[in-house]
Amino acid sequence: MTVQTSGRHVRRFDRKARLLHVVLMTCFLGLAATGLPLLFSEEGWGRALALLFGGFRGAGVVHRILGATLLAAMIGHVVDVLWRALVKGERGLFWGPTSMVPQPRDITDLIGQVRWFVGRGPQPRFEHFTYWEKFDYWAVLWGTALMGVAGLILWFPVAASRVLPGWSFNLALFVHGAEATLAIGFIFVVHFFNGHLRPGKFPMDLVIFTGTVSEAELRHERRGEFDRLMAAGGVEPLMVAPPASDTIRRGRLIGTAGLSIGIALIVLIIYAVLRQSLA
Amino acid sequence: MRPCLRVTSAILVFAGWAIVADAGQAAQAAAGTAVPAPTNDDCLACHSDRSLKRADDTPLTVDATVLGGSIHASLSCTDCHQDLAAAELPHADTLAPADCRSCHDEPQASYARGVHAQSRARDAGRSLAASCASCHGTHDIKPASDPASKTHPQHLVATCAACHGNPDVIARGHIAIGDVATPYHDSIHGRARERSGLVVAPSCVDCHSSHAILPKADADSPVHAARVPTTCGTCHAGILHQYDAGIHATALRSGNPAAPQCATCHTAHTIQRTDSEPWKLDVTGECGTCHAQVVDSFRRTFHGKVTQLGFGRVAACADCHGAHDVQPATNPASTIATANLVATCGRCHDGANASFVEYDPHPDPSNYARSPVLWWVNRLYTVLIAGCFGFFALHSGLWFFRSTRERRGRHGGPAA
Repeated sequence: MTVQTSGRHVRRFDRKARLLHVVLMTCFLGLAATGLPLLFSEEGWGRALALLFGGFRGAGVVHRILGATLLAAMIGHVVDVLWRALVKGERGLFWGPTSMVPQPRDITDLIGQVRWFVGRGPQPRFEHFTYWEKFDYWAVLWGTALMGVAGLILWFPVAASRVLPGWSFNLALFVHGAEATLAIGFIFVVHFFNGHLRPGKFPMDLVIFTGTVSEAELRHERRGEFDRLMAAGGVEPLMVAPPASDTIRRGRLIGTAGLSIGIALIVLIIYAVLRQSLA
Repeated sequence: MRPCLRVTSAILVFAGWAIVADAGQAAQAAAGTAVPAPTNDDCLACHSDRSLKRADDTPLTVDATVLGGSIHASLSCTDCHQDLAAAELPHADTLAPADCRSCHDEPQASYARGVHAQSRARDAGRSLAASCASCHGTHDIKPASDPASKTHPQHLVATCAACHGNPDVIARGHIAIGDVATPYHDSIHGRARERSGLVVAPSCVDCHSSHAILPKADADSPVHAARVPTTCGTCHAGILHQYDAGIHATALRSGNPAAPQCATCHTAHTIQRTDSEPWKLDVTGECGTCHAQVVDSFRRTFHGKVTQLGFGRVAACADCHGAHDVQPATNPASTIATANLVATCGRCHDGANASFVEYDPHPDPSNYARSPVLWWVNRLYTVLIAGCFGFFALHSGLWFFRSTRERRGRHGGPAA
């Protein structure tokens, strides 16, 4: 991991985005740790994990608090994006090179990346958000919405029964568990690899904690964005001071904690799946 | 006293005894009997000697005080040791065993039917199984109402436990059920007796009876499956009434050998408090020994997962189905009959309504007929999870391969 504390740095994530990520990862890790005991209730570690939060009631309370926080954060984010687009008139949010919305370019980038994987071409010139980053974003947004709705049904079944049939609780519980499996597996394996553990980033990419990326890294990793910025008059308008060493230390601490917890949980899951499939 | 005088007096005493004895024998002969039965004093003349022992060193002492304190104090020794009534003293080394039948013919007849007598009959001389004396004692025998008696309710468990809690006897006697005394001590009945001093709590004989202890396979045994409810119902009459109304009692009465009776769920010797969390959680597994699929599907629900984690404050089997009076949903009186579901769910879920009870407490996503929606969602997620992980496993794997190759190329030679 090379984090340059000197040289030319470019702003990538503003304070709001960084805060959203920290809230998201805290809630996600906590929700996983308090929810997995139920998903793996037949495992000894399931009970141990629940006891860590004071038993299933304690784990349930923490789970509901974190779930509500995460749902609120995601609603806040959606409101913020809509506000920026509709009220403040910010451009490029829903379409264009800096948008999170999938573009035709993402498909050609994916094809290009796979060609690069197999040695049949250069790595694509990525824009502000790569296709796998967009996948992460939409998976989380969609997953949170789905998990949130299912979670609320399970939290308030009597209230839910006034508008939904009782079998929706069965559906909600199933979806909550299956979507959790998908999300936990995706975040703790795929996102961890793509964002942090892959060669070149290992053991972690601090950009989401510091908010800045060096000009060299931008040129190397997102050549498309770099070229676009240069064509539009250079990266100077986006230039910021390199991250302070305190910021880096804090980022490493949070990142290490998050990665460790996530990897520990995925190891427990793999152990359980192997144990159950061998039994 | 001079030596000649001592010899003389000895001769005189002997002569006197000889004359008296002779006269007695003559009198007996005249009356048609051989020897007069020895009196208790005659017996104790020798048997009060504390040094009196058999060849194998086992004592032969009879303590007059102990005998005097027993319920048999007024009997003659020869009432029990009947072969001595006509024996000459000193008597033969080996006597016939004391026969309790002479007075206690009914208990003896019951005992003869029981497992202990059967074992002794099968394995004469070597069986470790209890005889009358094993439980009642010998010369110290006291009525069961006497607090000092081995068969008094306070001591009865210890009396049975002398064998049934003794690993050596259990091993040598091949007692199949093993140690039942230890679990009994920890059971609700054992604790009630031993810790709370409740003499009304059952000890061994309350369920097994005292003399006619029959194997549980014997249809006459009070612990035979078909008779267990009646046996427990002697005390738990209210529960027996509920049980009799339930589907399990119907099955038991129809002769279904798998039908649960009290001991199936509560066990025999390890009976726990039913308001304890561990018991509530364990009994779910007990229901699962017959209703395996139903418990499997229960385990898929929030109720099932939370109880599996070891927390009992959510619904387990009995909370919805009832315990003793469990009825199938087809019975209108059942707690899970359609008309009663709102009330049943409403016991925990305040405000439950007709829509709420459309919830399936035993879902099975692999059963299309039970819920097509759940089946389809299960399919969807199987594909989604497999597809997503499959795609990204390949994607990440190739990426790792390419990156390491490129970096090796950059550091170790010309780029690939």
